[in-house]
Amino acid sequence: MDILLAITVGGLYAAGIYMMLRRNVVKLLIGLGLLSHAANLLLFTAGGLVRGRVPVVPDEGAWPLVIVADPLPQALILTAIVISFAVLAFALVLIYRTYQTLGTEDLDELKATDT
Amino acid sequence: MLLWLLAILIAAAVAPTVNRVVGSLGGGSLGGWVLAVVPAGVFIALLRLWPSVVNQQDVSVFVDWVPALNLAVSLRLDGLSLLFGLMVTGIGALILVYAGAYLKGDDRLGQLWMLLLLFMAAMLGLVLADNLLTLFIFWELTSITSYLLIGFNSDRPESRASALQALLVTGGGGLVLLPGLILLGLAGNSFEISTLLTSAEPIREHAFYLPMLLLILVGAFTKSAQFPFHFWLPNAMAAPTPISAYLHSATMVKAGVYLIARLHPILGGTAEWFWMIASVGAITMVLGAVLALRATDLKQVLAYATISVLGTLTMLLGIGTEATLVAALAVLVAHAFYKGGLFMVAGAIDHSVHQRDVRELGGLRMAMPATFAAACLAGCSMAGVLPTFGFIAKETWYESVGHVAGSGFLAASILSNVGLVAAVGFVCVKPFFGRRTESTRHAHEGGLAMWGPPVVLGIAGLALGLLPTRISELLAAGSGAIAGRAVPVHLALWHGVNVTLLLSLLTLAGGITLYWILRQGQLHRLKPYFYFFEGVTQYGPSRFYHWLLRTVNQFARGQTAMLQNGYLRFYLFTMVGLTVASVWMALGGELRSHLKPMPFDVRGHEVLLACLILAAAVVAVRATTWLLAVGALGVVGYCVAGIFVLFGAPDLAMTQFVIETLTVVLFVMAFSRLPEFRRLSTSATRGRDALIAVVAGATITVLLLFAMTVRSSHPISDYYLAHSVSEAHGRNVVNVILVDFRALDTLGEITVLAIAAIGVYSLLSLRPSKQADGEGDAAEGTEVSLRKGVPGTQFDSTAGHAADQEGV
Repeated sequence: MDILLAITVGGLYAAGIYMMLRRNVVKLLIGLGLLSHAANLLLFTAGGLVRGRVPVVPDEGAWPLVIVADPLPQALILTAIVISFAVLAFALVLIYRTYQTLGTEDLDELKATDT
Repeated sequence: MLLWLLAILIAAAVAPTVNRVVGSLGGGSLGGWVLAVVPAGVFIALLRLWPSVVNQQDVSVFVDWVPALNLAVSLRLDGLSLLFGLMVTGIGALILVYAGAYLKGDDRLGQLWMLLLLFMAAMLGLVLADNLLTLFIFWELTSITSYLLIGFNSDRPESRASALQALLVTGGGGLVLLPGLILLGLAGNSFEISTLLTSAEPIREHAFYLPMLLLILVGAFTKSAQFPFHFWLPNAMAAPTPISAYLHSATMVKAGVYLIARLHPILGGTAEWFWMIASVGAITMVLGAVLALRATDLKQVLAYATISVLGTLTMLLGIGTEATLVAALAVLVAHAFYKGGLFMVAGAIDHSVHQRDVRELGGLRMAMPATFAAACLAGCSMAGVLPTFGFIAKETWYESVGHVAGSGFLAASILSNVGLVAAVGFVCVKPFFGRRTESTRHAHEGGLAMWGPPVVLGIAGLALGLLPTRISELLAAGSGAIAGRAVPVHLALWHGVNVTLLLSLLTLAGGITLYWILRQGQLHRLKPYFYFFEGVTQYGPSRFYHWLLRTVNQFARGQTAMLQNGYLRFYLFTMVGLTVASVWMALGGELRSHLKPMPFDVRGHEVLLACLILAAAVVAVRATTWLLAVGALGVVGYCVAGIFVLFGAPDLAMTQFVIETLTVVLFVMAFSRLPEFRRLSTSATRGRDALIAVVAGATITVLLLFAMTVRSSHPISDYYLAHSVSEAHGRNVVNVILVDFRALDTLGEITVLAIAAIGVYSLLSLRPSKQADGEGDAAEGTEVSLRKGVPGTQFDSTAGHAADQEGV
């Protein structure tokens, strides 16, 4: 499964980077979204995969008795999901307002700060 | 000693207030007298230490600053420091008074006093420092404060350019000096100068001796305006005259000379020392004297004459016999008195008639008698006429150089002095004698604060000449510090008729003749020589400086235009490319040994999810409508959530589901207002980008596989698993990590979220006014052109600002 997920992560990265290299600013946003999924999955895979064992301490014990999924990458990813949502939302609004103001979605026309 | 520095710094801090208070009390420029009390007090405190210093009892202070870095604030007062300290504070006090008169009624007077006092503190610290690094810090402080002082008339472009030039030359020299001092510290195994004195022999035989000497000398030569770095000093005359009188005669430019003198007992006495320093000094000496005669501006004449004297000092220190060391200190003292005074005279003339061109000046002796008296006293000292201290200094100088066998140094000395005597004619004779000119018709004497300080300096020069016994003690202590052993000094005004006296007379006669020739307008006969010097000196280094400055700027502009070209994809490409390249460089060799076959253990639904993710990604890339792309993005997000479910991360999955839904809704809302996808790039570009993307993706895959093989057997999360219940009383370990173990991180995350929310809200609420009127779709052509026509409106600037932040 590791290999399969590694390939999936690579594919997502490729798709995300390709989209971010577009001149169309809307496609750039889609690319950003793909890239954040890719990054989350990368962390998850790199942290080690354990099928179905949730990192929860059973009621009767002080610590888990069996090998469970690693909680640390999960905490990191949880943070990453929320942050990437914040970034996406901000970028989306920024691009939306830029388009409203300047009337173009072509990044090549957005090269300078003065209009 | 630290108290002295502190007192001067406090005086600097309150200088603007003093100016305001005294000004409001109707005291005008009296603030200078008030502030001068502080350096005068330090001067007196230094004088009280005179007896003990003269008896070879050094006074020192040691404060450990950063022991781990060998940084200590250690100060030591020996003969050399005392000599310089007296000059810095004594002349400094006079300058403060003089500056008050010079800039009377100017709003910036308080600022000038503050900067002068700051500089004074830096200079005093420099001459007192006993630690190489402390010395360096004060050295740099003098560079910075002198930059501010030279550029004091900051509204004038040439003033700013001169200040920048001085800063670049002396600051660049400082940068070269630092490694030199560090090498010295390493070679001597200490940064305390007093400790280094005991290990001079091993340092001189150290392998680093030549590099450290070269580096230190570049620092000293730039500071003291030695050839070929001399060009900044005449340009620094753009500063108001009190500053020139202080920095460019008595103090700052002597810092390089001080450094050479200070390090002489450690580094001196070798052939390298002799030839490098003495020859550069001799060249500078002759050059300065010749160029002084070329100049027509009063201050320029003085500036070049100063370069000449600095060259003399350097040469004498380079030769380094006991007699030349004494001579160097004598010339130093004489020069501080007469050059400080002459600069103030030049300033008084400038202040009175607003003219500094020597050719336009004349007949001032009746209008400005006190200034004339000061000029006479200083001029006599500069020309080395009996009975001033300048005469004694010159005698000692000739005498000492004459004993260096078979050298051209004596000839060069006489040559430069002939030039200086002629320069005295231009500064002290030409403006005061003859008929009054158009410019000087309305000349009038300035106040006591204007002519008092130069007269005091002139009288002091005369008094030292008549009674040289006391100063002999100090010179003995000072040259003892330079030589590293006791040096007997017996200065006397009259040595009887000997060769040296004849040489002095010859010099005077030659100088007067030269002045007479130049005054008679016979300049054209000498012109070819001047042009020769001009070509070699003024233009050479100065032109190189300007070329360098221009080239650096051009390079920076070109580089910025190339790297910061405004194409976002270029930046991305650079980042991705560099990352990929560095990953492969790091992995390169190790990859083969680490990649081993992994168990390919998959289940059907997992394969299905992975394939779905990849398929959705391809759809998102190939989509021609935004709706399809957003949908595909949503599918990717849900499938990733599915993987989270399968591999024991229900919290992640729930968050991902919620966030993904929100994202899709948000995208749909926003994208419905944006245009449909347009194809903006050619197929060649797309192919190139696809190649980059695939290579990057493959790199990530390989990196991930590699990372999984080098995993350590003890994950740090074991700690969290074991302590989750006992310490945090929670059973869901992921939650416990977020809200307990790493709660501060979560707080940071919430902050980021809040900031993003504020950003989103402010972007949405700042509506362009047209929009509020409901004038239709934002993309409408007319509105866009209107908005384009009105740059700098509130929204534009906000959007631009936000974009900058995003870029960061």
